[in-house]
Amino acid sequence: MSRAIDAEGLTHRFGDGETAKPVLLDLTLSVEAGEIVLLTGPSGSGKTTLLTLVGGLRAVQDGRCTVLGTELAGATEAERVALRRRIGFIFQHHNLLGFLSARQNVAMALEVDPSLSEQERLDRADLALDAVGLSDKREAYPSTLSGGQRQRVAIARALVHEPGIVLADEPTAALDGRTGGEAMRLLRRLAKDRGRTILLVTHDPRILDIADRVVAMEDGRIVETARA
Amino acid sequence: MLPMRLAWRQLRHEPARLLAALSGVLFACLLIFMQLGFMDALFDSAVKPQAGMRADLYLMHRQTEALWRTQPFPRARLMQALGVEGVDRVVPLYVGNAAWKNPVTSLKRTLLVFGAAPESGLLDYEGLDDAGREAIRRADVVLFDERSKPEFGPIPALLAEGPLFVELANRRVEVAGLFRIGATFGSEGNALTSETNFLRLFPNRTFGHVDVGAIFLLPGVDAAAVKARIAPLLAEDVMLMTRQELVDFELRYWAEAAPIGFIFGMGVVIGLVVGCVIVYQILFSDIARHIGEYATLKAMGYSNGYLARVVLGASLILAVAGYVPGWLASKALYILATEKIFIPLTLDLEKSILVFCLVFGMCVISGLLAIRKLRDANPADMF
Repeated sequence: MSRAIDAEGLTHRFGDGETAKPVLLDLTLSVEAGEIVLLTGPSGSGKTTLLTLVGGLRAVQDGRCTVLGTELAGATEAERVALRRRIGFIFQHHNLLGFLSARQNVAMALEVDPSLSEQERLDRADLALDAVGLSDKREAYPSTLSGGQRQRVAIARALVHEPGIVLADEPTAALDGRTGGEAMRLLRRLAKDRGRTILLVTHDPRILDIADRVVAMEDGRIVETARA
Repeated sequence: MLPMRLAWRQLRHEPARLLAALSGVLFACLLIFMQLGFMDALFDSAVKPQAGMRADLYLMHRQTEALWRTQPFPRARLMQALGVEGVDRVVPLYVGNAAWKNPVTSLKRTLLVFGAAPESGLLDYEGLDDAGREAIRRADVVLFDERSKPEFGPIPALLAEGPLFVELANRRVEVAGLFRIGATFGSEGNALTSETNFLRLFPNRTFGHVDVGAIFLLPGVDAAAVKARIAPLLAEDVMLMTRQELVDFELRYWAEAAPIGFIFGMGVVIGLVVGCVIVYQILFSDIARHIGEYATLKAMGYSNGYLARVVLGASLILAVAGYVPGWLASKALYILATEKIFIPLTLDLEKSILVFCLVFGMCVISGLLAIRKLRDANPADMF
């Protein structure tokens, strides 16, 4: 099996010179394609920074990080933008666009691809919403949806363009335990059906069961890896 | 097209804010249209008296700045031109400001009086007929410009009732007929009479000093060629102009010597700046309020360029959607101005296109300024 994420000797500092504070120290992590990996650890341990580096949202400072075959060390902004189009993002807050309906929000993940027709985009958005059980909320605006429904729209948006990897940061933080658990089991089922890779940062011990592997971080290093 | 659609969906989602933005553009449109309208009307009306003059060449004193403030020059200068080949005849024109007493309210107001031999054919204003030309041959008879401001009195209505006498330059004169020039920025009203009557109205003026010397040429003679022949004969104190040069001379006075052209130009600039600030504020705060959404789009793989096109798309939508009601409102105000203050404003295609380009440019500049705020949308902050 090929590797979706392959990071080696990744070191990252915030700030300059004397005051520079390292958040990642010589970190090495690889994730196989189709694997679901949960990243846990206390706040400040560098989980989120690792996620932004893997997602191409931040430039790599030291070390090597290959994601979906793209080497991110020394990558240009344009290369990182191109990589981001092959990644599905799920945020702590749903981050849906308030002025777009559920279906338009999901279709936004497809509008970066000029080869698709409007009809194809909408059809695929509808299928993605069907898959998260929101067929009847296609025309609804985020403000009229419940927290759980919004996060399911966000999941549909993260999956609709068939990304190589899904990156999620505390996706259950804004949800109650039951709703969060349901959303994550849905995410796992959809990912496993299509063999998608997931790297998910969480504090939430109730969702550890969706993982193939749990990786614990502390002070910018991986301290423990547990097979689920 | 897709960025434009996204911009439209964002604008449409908050109708109240959209309305505020549109009224900003509308206001700028209106301000610019009014300024340009008044400026054009100024220049059009300023040369209405000249537009009705039928001679080919004109003499004026060098110290004359505009028709409403002329410096008389010796009539002999005009006679010098008579001997030149190609000249048919010369006509002296007298121009002066005099107080006209409103026959209803008895309030006095200054208007411009033209005096020229009625049979000369020099003055050919709208509504000026042979009966009128015949009437001003009689002593103390004048014709009145019915497009003068209403403060001079309801002259046409009074005239319809029977013979009308008014006080002009402290003299009792009969109003025997009407013609049409309209109020200009130099005069609020006009009256016309013969040169003999003119000298009666202005006792301190003499027959020997004229304000404008009109030179008629023989048919088929080139005005420029005759001008070149006359010019060397003239003393330094007068200037010789063709009809077009006379019109341009008057226009230049209003554009440069009088600060009016500058003032209206300033008005246009202020309109643009105000519109720019309003549109920029709306676009900027839209980005600031949706910074998380823009950052999300960046994380999803949308480039800076794409999002910049969204913001520019929004500014173009505002430009077009604000211009249309702005044009309509301006049209209404133009009609109102023409009817109420007797300054004819014309909303022609040229002006419409000019204002659209200005407003479009204004919105693009606002959009480009607001785009800088997009840099603050950092997708790495979303996690």
